[in-house]
Amino acid sequence: MLEVRDLHLSFGGIKALQGVGFTARAGEITGVIGPNGAGKTSLFNAISGFYAPSRGQVLLDGEDITKAPPDRRAALGIARTFQNIALFRGMTVLDNIKLGGHTRLRSGIWSALGYFGTAQREELAFRAEIEERVIDFLEIDHIRKLPITMLPYGLQKRVELARALAMRPKVLLLDEPVAGMNREETGDMARFILDVQQEFGTTILLVEHDMHMVMDICARIVVLNFGHQIAEGSPAEVSATPAVIEAYLGQAV
Amino acid sequence: MINGNLKASYAADERILDNPYRRGFVFGAAALAAALPFVANDYIILVAAQMGIMLIAVIGLNVVIGYTGLLSLGHAAFIAIGAYAVPLLHRLFAAWGLPEGVMPLLAIPLAVAVAALVGLVVGLPSLRVKGLYLAVATLSANFIVIFLIELDAMAPFTGGFNGINTPEANILGWRLDSQREMFALIAGLGFATILLVQNLFRTRVGRAFIAIRERDYSAEVLGISLLRYKLLSFAVSAACCGLAGALFAYFYARILPEQFELALSLQLVAALIVGGMGRTMGPVFGVVIIVMVPELLKYSFGAIAGGSADVAALRAPVQEIVFGALIILFLMFEPLGIAQIVDRWLRSLNRWPFARG
Repeated sequence: MLEVRDLHLSFGGIKALQGVGFTARAGEITGVIGPNGAGKTSLFNAISGFYAPSRGQVLLDGEDITKAPPDRRAALGIARTFQNIALFRGMTVLDNIKLGGHTRLRSGIWSALGYFGTAQREELAFRAEIEERVIDFLEIDHIRKLPITMLPYGLQKRVELARALAMRPKVLLLDEPVAGMNREETGDMARFILDVQQEFGTTILLVEHDMHMVMDICARIVVLNFGHQIAEGSPAEVSATPAVIEAYLGQAV
Repeated sequence: MINGNLKASYAADERILDNPYRRGFVFGAAALAAALPFVANDYIILVAAQMGIMLIAVIGLNVVIGYTGLLSLGHAAFIAIGAYAVPLLHRLFAAWGLPEGVMPLLAIPLAVAVAALVGLVVGLPSLRVKGLYLAVATLSANFIVIFLIELDAMAPFTGGFNGINTPEANILGWRLDSQREMFALIAGLGFATILLVQNLFRTRVGRAFIAIRERDYSAEVLGISLLRYKLLSFAVSAACCGLAGALFAYFYARILPEQFELALSLQLVAALIVGGMGRTMGPVFGVVIIVMVPELLKYSFGAIAGGSADVAALRAPVQEIVFGALIILFLMFEPLGIAQIVDRWLRSLNRWPFARG
């Protein structure tokens, strides 16, 4: 469960977030929507630790992580994907996914240098695990040895999701997972996201502009506009809220 | 990708020598290195030993520049530290009354450890600055180390400008008093260094280095501490250079501070660029070229000049020009180095006669 309380964030005079507060319930998909510049990505950056909020808190399972650095938050179980794919382009798909296991593997420099004991055992066990849990699951076994640069956009998005899944996260932040995809690719990705939720019970927080997908798969939706949270509730409630219709969905003629 | 190279287990797929070409190359190279002390003449042994020492240093440099993506122009400093640690430690051990036969067994690991510790300190700026700024910061580290060695106050220990005589290695009674015997030690440690560093990149530690090179914020999101892994990378790479320095000290009878100046740092970087950054075989190919170029020049100038001093005097500047031209040409036409060219050959060899390229 991820909770955000009264989050304020500003860059100089620009107030990116002003009192955003909601709970992403355990095992549910929560959508974050809003027009461009509403503060969605800023919110994600505050949750994953890149921006320090001027006020407010971020809590993971009740523990205050507002002051924790990004790598610490990852170790605690927050994974994320980026709007403009942040894969390691010089590496293969497999190595990218293996990097997701960084916080779960323990071997230090000495056993790594020798590749004996812990390092060898855990690397092989981890390889077997990601093959089954991640690579088979997301149907990317045919590309596992290819470098990222050779993959089409839609597959890159899927590999980034795979890398996040290899972390076995408690909370998964997805920043526009279907941006720039056609309808078929969007359908595939939506199904994968639902599969992740059902199979692993992951708490998912999703920023997305594709309204059909958000309304279809999210249990709850948070709406931001100019840094303010203007609505929170089920898809039906949110789409009936006048402020949301005015700001985002558009007036019925 | 190699055709028809199928595996039945994940362990087999994770092996370093995962295809017949690699196995053939590595076992062939090992056999050659093992045979060399018995068959080669003194000149070949000298060149091969120089390559071995330089190779260990460039492997280290590859960790920090090639894999972690942090540009360093100061790695000669770590070689200097490794090299000067040897005579100083020997003097200290002699004062303690240690038997001569165990001195190298202690001095080499200690020289490596001291270099690694200094590497941690030199790596500190990498937490704040990147690219050119980091290059300048490491460059200054090189100057500071040479300055300290040449300092009058340090002269009783380091010999100042005049350098210092270095001891012979005596490993449990085996006196390595010929270059031939030193070559055996250098070759053994060279292979060990490649293997250890290569192992690193099969595990989370090496992957973390590459992740930092590729995209540092993304690495952080995956739980990689930039502080820890950048410093670790510097320490590992400085340790390799420290080992190279220690072997350098045992190999030659005397070391001088001017041998470890910027020129050496640049030579290491040149070897890495020519060979291929971030590739296992990059340092190997690069070092062969960088050591062979001066030797070939020496040979051809000898043939042209006969005994003329005027032509012989041109050799040093011509060597610098050739190094410079090599770096520029590789950066322009093959930035991934010889390793990439060799890869291409192997690929077409593997597909021949069905397809080319």
